[in-house]
Amino acid sequence: MVGGGFLLSFRWFESSASPVQTIAEEVNFNSYLSIAPNDVITIFAPNPEVGQNIKTAFPMIVAEELDADWTKVKIVQAHLDTKKFERQATAGSGAMQHSWDRLRKAGATARMMLVEAAAKRWNVSAAALTTDNGFVWHTESGRKLSYGSLATDAATMKVPEGVKLKVKKDYKLIGKPIHNTDNAEMITGKPLYGMDTYREGMLIAMIERPPFGTKIKFAETAAAKAMPGIVEVITFKNKVAVLGKSTWQVTKARKLLKVEYEPDGAVESTTEHNTLMKQLLDKADVKPSRKDGDVEAVFKTAAQVITREYQAPFLSHACMEPMNFFAHVRPDGVELIGPAQLPEDTRKNVAKLLGIDIEKITLQMTRMGGGFGRRQRSDYSMEAAELSSMVKAPVKVIWTREDDMQGGQYRPAMRYRFQAALDEEGNWIGYRMRGVGINSGNSTRPDHFPAGAVANFLVDSIDHKSPVTTAPWRAPSENFLGFAEQSFFDEIAAAAHRDPIEYRLAYLEKAQKTPVGAVKYDIERMKGVIKLVAEKSNWGKNKELYQGFSAYFSHGSYIAQVAEIEMKNGSLVLRKMYAAVDCGVVVNLSGAYQQVKGGIIDGLGHALYGEVTLQDGIPLQKNFDTYRLIRMKEVPDVEVYFVDSDINPTGLGEPALPPAAAALANAFFKATGKRLYHQPFSKEEAMKELTLNQSS
Amino acid sequence: MANYTLKINNKSYRVEVEEDTPLLWVLRDHLGLVGTKYGCGIAQCGACTIHLNGTAVRSCVLPVSAIGKQKITTIEGLSANGEHPVQQAWSEIDVPQCGYCQAGQIMTASAFLNKNPKPTAAQITEAMNGNICRCGTYHRIHEAVALAASKLK
Ligand code: FES
Ligand code: FES
Repeated sequence: MVGGGFLLSFRWFESSASPVQTIAEEVNFNSYLSIAPNDVITIFAPNPEVGQNIKTAFPMIVAEELDADWTKVKIVQAHLDTKKFERQATAGSGAMQHSWDRLRKAGATARMMLVEAAAKRWNVSAAALTTDNGFVWHTESGRKLSYGSLATDAATMKVPEGVKLKVKKDYKLIGKPIHNTDNAEMITGKPLYGMDTYREGMLIAMIERPPFGTKIKFAETAAAKAMPGIVEVITFKNKVAVLGKSTWQVTKARKLLKVEYEPDGAVESTTEHNTLMKQLLDKADVKPSRKDGDVEAVFKTAAQVITREYQAPFLSHACMEPMNFFAHVRPDGVELIGPAQLPEDTRKNVAKLLGIDIEKITLQMTRMGGGFGRRQRSDYSMEAAELSSMVKAPVKVIWTREDDMQGGQYRPAMRYRFQAALDEEGNWIGYRMRGVGINSGNSTRPDHFPAGAVANFLVDSIDHKSPVTTAPWRAPSENFLGFAEQSFFDEIAAAAHRDPIEYRLAYLEKAQKTPVGAVKYDIERMKGVIKLVAEKSNWGKNKELYQGFSAYFSHGSYIAQVAEIEMKNGSLVLRKMYAAVDCGVVVNLSGAYQQVKGGIIDGLGHALYGEVTLQDGIPLQKNFDTYRLIRMKEVPDVEVYFVDSDINPTGLGEPALPPAAAALANAFFKATGKRLYHQPFSKEEAMKELTLNQSS
Repeated sequence: MANYTLKINNKSYRVEVEEDTPLLWVLRDHLGLVGTKYGCGIAQCGACTIHLNGTAVRSCVLPVSAIGKQKITTIEGLSANGEHPVQQAWSEIDVPQCGYCQAGQIMTASAFLNKNPKPTAAQITEAMNGNICRCGTYHRIHEAVALAASKLK
């Protein structure tokens, strides 16, 4: 029995997240939905849920086109199933863009089949029939049939091609604030997350991992192994795993491990990274990722050149639910359960690791306590699989918060240099930008504004390869680029003695009328959100307030923000944020508001406090006492406005984050005359002038 | 190892665990009450909040040996089916994003409202400030606490 505990009316296998069930009499229409005779409609949610609310939003789209009664819809999280679904992934705010039409067709096709079945039963033409809220109607005769009563017949109908999809004005569900499908379970504490996976005979594993750039010199494990409840201590792949019967016993035993490390490649520290990034900014002969006009010439003759640098530290994803995964490797196959943003990758990586066929691996996706990109990696799931195959028992690997924060896969540290050339009249004639980073890949977005608007344009980037592991972090690269770029543009407008919004609109218009090179963002949509945020925030009207502006395009969506700082009882306080958003059709209004607000809060919080620093390959921040997350007291009001649009929906999990810190920094400049260049802001001397505690 | 009889959600549970085992892991590993979450283990985030004799306590730093006869309430026992006014408010405001922090938020809020059923906005902020929400659902948490307070009246 687990940890020698006496269990009272309780069995693990009954309490753990239940497997996907299909009720015998349910009639399957396609991969997404089935209908039961009692009118219950089961809609499968194929994508991993990290809190982006996809588990609610996707079924809404199917139900909309089906004309289903939402109160009779049961949503079931699908397992990984590459035969039934495509792109079961949470990455790049891309799910909605990918699946919108597929989901609509799945619903509309089933609806059409139900209509055909009713037409046949009543012996009338399908054209005379309508659908509404789970019924097919023959208005002429006042007859109706429920979907449940038609399901069996309908499923035998020929699957229609080219079904007609609804237009926006006919939507009944899409655009409404529909509540999260897992609310009832979440507020009553039901097992939903990978951490909540328990099985009879399951071992808990915790793992000691090496500092970056080192390997194990020796590991003394006997003392840990001798502790009560400990089943195995295994040294593997430069790590030491302690496996035992309960989390606490493993935690305690692990403290008795004596592991010493020696260098194995570069052992790096933050101070070296900082020097290195500055050097890389001066490196010659870097291949441009975009080049328009003659940048060299225009910078030589410019009346004014503005050069600014911005720097960002490593960040932890700090998902509220630390990394964990369950694996049971048996001779006949492998069972995987846990949080994975890219479950298909996870399965492939486990298959490769164990040398078995992917067909033999099942993967059950659990609701995730946040992802933010961290769970696109399969390091932790592979650990579980490897250990389970070694001990021949079900294993759940748990990362403590300390493991999570010190175990890498960080948002890369980055540094940017921006340069603008202005002529005598303050016209913006040249633009040069370079991004450098530690394992950052391409840290720039070469087609961003002012591409198209400034004739002489050059963007390039340099990546330093390091043993410090990095991963996508909510709005990869853009999470800091958005701040740097939007802060810089504010400075250029100030140097030209122009209002930043008016200045931006003028250059957008220039890119529209006389574009230089390709323009890969929609200028009208960008102008739309800028005008909307100016209107909603009463931009520039109240002289008592210090407002800062930013506008950013990422993941297919357009967002403009205004931050408002106010003098309150003698201190400057960030009072409010405004956001105007164009993400095409808003699918779930409740989820959408929260994605934008949460993105802004995340953007502000990490810009203010977030930082992982390294000393000799060892991360110095270990837990929330030293890695500060934003709390309720520091959160300003946030007002969100969506552009009314019938364009296909685009990403919303990420786009609100990048512009937030810039809006704050630009407002801060208005209030204090000082600029913020480095994150976290809380370490900047000037920041003392802003009171972060809203209630003080 | 020692034997403990714990009063949790008006039921008696017997467990045999080491004396320094935090209540959090007794609940999760030994009793199948997994609604109480692990977030930091050092009393910084509030994900593991439970009620001990009606007061909000961080179960990740509460050794089982320190509990004695005190009454424990976890998220599973706050109400039979989620009908506690705080849970209802959470559902009406549609608070959870990833949801992982929310059991702790609800336990903090419900203990707070028991002591202060008519809080001001600033008092709500003060009371909830110790609970981290990585997803940033702070506005909705605040709204839901205020709504729950109005339901209590
Ligand atoms: S887990 Fe107890 S406060 Fe964070
Ligand atoms: S809802 Fe995700 S941490 Fe609070």
